Amino acid sequence: MRVVLAEDLFLLRDGLVRMLEAFDFEIAAAVETGPELTKALAELEPDDDAVAIVDVRLPPSHTDEGLQCALAARRARPGLPVLVLSQHVEQLYARELLADGNGGVGYLLKDRVFDADQFIDAVRRVASGGTAMDPQVIQQLLSRRSADQPLGKLTPREREVLELMAQGRSNAAIAGELVVTERAIAKHTSNIFGKLDLSVSDDDNRRVLAVLAYLDQER
Amino acid sequence: MTRVRESVIAGARGLFLSVIMLAGSITLFVLSVLSIAFITLGIGVFTTPLVLTGVRKWADLRRAQAGAWSDVHIPRPYRPFPADLRRGVTGQVERTSLLLKDPATWRDLQWLLVDMTAGYVTVIFAPALLLYPLYGYVLALGVWKPIYDAGGGEWYGFIHVTSQTDANMAALLGTALGVVGIFSSPAILRAHFLLTRSLLAPTVSMRERELALRVDRLTETRHDAVDSSAAELRRIERDLHDGAQARLVAMGMDLGTIEAMIEKNPAKAKELIAKARQNSGEALTELRDLVRGIHPPVLAERGLGDAVKALALRLPVRTDVDVELLGRADEPVEAAAYFAVSEALTNTIKHAGADRVWVDIHHAQGMLRIAVTDNGKGGASIGAGSGLSGIERRLGTFDGVLAVSSPAGGPTMVTMEIPCELS
Repeated sequence: MRVVLAEDLFLLRDGLVRMLEAFDFEIAAAVETGPELTKALAELEPDDDAVAIVDVRLPPSHTDEGLQCALAARRARPGLPVLVLSQHVEQLYARELLADGNGGVGYLLKDRVFDADQFIDAVRRVASGGTAMDPQVIQQLLSRRSADQPLGKLTPREREVLELMAQGRSNAAIAGELVVTERAIAKHTSNIFGKLDLSVSDDDNRRVLAVLAYLDQER
Repeated sequence: MTRVRESVIAGARGLFLSVIMLAGSITLFVLSVLSIAFITLGIGVFTTPLVLTGVRKWADLRRAQAGAWSDVHIPRPYRPFPADLRRGVTGQVERTSLLLKDPATWRDLQWLLVDMTAGYVTVIFAPALLLYPLYGYVLALGVWKPIYDAGGGEWYGFIHVTSQTDANMAALLGTALGVVGIFSSPAILRAHFLLTRSLLAPTVSMRERELALRVDRLTETRHDAVDSSAAELRRIERDLHDGAQARLVAMGMDLGTIEAMIEKNPAKAKELIAKARQNSGEALTELRDLVRGIHPPVLAERGLGDAVKALALRLPVRTDVDVELLGRADEPVEAAAYFAVSEALTNTIKHAGADRVWVDIHHAQGMLRIAVTDNGKGGASIGAGSGLSGIERRLGTFDGVLAVSSPAGGPTMVTMEIPCELS
């Protein structure tokens, strides 16, 4: 698995390279500005099995250049897995990433690299076409909706499961996190889908999109 | 041909003015004098503000005409009323005394007097020079004869018309006057408006007073700005000191302890490492919140429109944001506008009991205009200690203004205006 990394802070870039290499990723390019990132992504072979890990804010504009470059690259190369890292998380940006419905996107706080295993898990999920949404984004969405009736019908346990599901975790991963059996999770998820009126799907990514679409409706 | 048209229009306007000004200026002058005289009787207190407001409206109408018809720009010299004017009888007394203390009021009355005399005389020439020639032709066409026969000694200008020759001379004189009229009536109208300006425009001392008032206001807003930024700095210092800084110190201590016990007690060391990691994560969260309070990252990255949209996404109430901005304002203006909107929205969420909020942001004619409307229970006001006066102070630094319309029962609409250019 090859990685194109864009991060302007040297310490963080260096740390990420070391961490990714420790988990057997190959660093195709590690760049520090928007134009360099665009160039590195354009240089990938069409059949290259690569994932882009991108900081939202990049030079030279120091605005959301990283996010814009990643979105442009995904338009040029649909399905290119992109994991966006940010010092802060905004639903606005998460929506823009999820907008094309193709999957293979992630949006995480930079702090998530503290937990190497979880971070690498997120990278692998995004690389294989799944989704990785930061728990903060999901919590914002859930707390906004807490007053709404259908969410009110969920049990606390089901809410926990919904939160993890919306982040992009598989049933197996959720079962691991909550220390219960996978069958119990399968039961919870079908209850959640029933209470929220969502169509059931085996595909992890479609599942996330359905959850997010639900949490997001009425806007 | 255009000259003829212009002068005919100027003549018609002159005629119109001469009619309305006699009626308007004389009536208003008499009413004002009576009303002010009746103040001692008490009735004047109630009528004076009414009449003087009428006078101001009348003067404003004439200012507008001067601008539209002769391109004579006449500024308004009136002092603004203070915002905290009371209602009822005391308010009326205050208003009357404020009006009478304003030198512009007395200049208005002076103008009414001049307007109905000298103003009338100047303006009447414009139509007269165009209409009088027609009378010369009428005489020359034979009308002189019946008048003469009836024993009338008709004069046209300086010509005593007693024969056809005299009448022809009158027509000739009329033609000459008409030519003069065609060339001069726009100038006459303009001369009238210049006379109006000499009385209605602010005098030097009024302008000085206006400048003094503006300096007062700037001093006040600067004071507010310095005060609030000092308070902001204190808050940031305290937050850093109590939050992130303390956590980093704790982390350092934990690391020191870990160093000492990593070999003796690996289990305990591992526990401390987890604690240190947790502390560093919390320090980050605190720093992030602090940054958001100083300058929200989305504002820096995307500008006002998206920053407000992002803010709306975090609110527990459905909020529609409509943005029409062709560029970005200066950074300090953007920040002030953002925090003003943020405070207005916080107020709405806390007090309005609304379930829908609309934010409208657009820029027109050098003004950034923001309206925050909700369907809540209303009753908000800009008073001491309310969040709205905080917003007012924040906007005041940029010469911005805040208006609140919030009848009991709702809805509430908070409007903000900041003069600025987009780039």
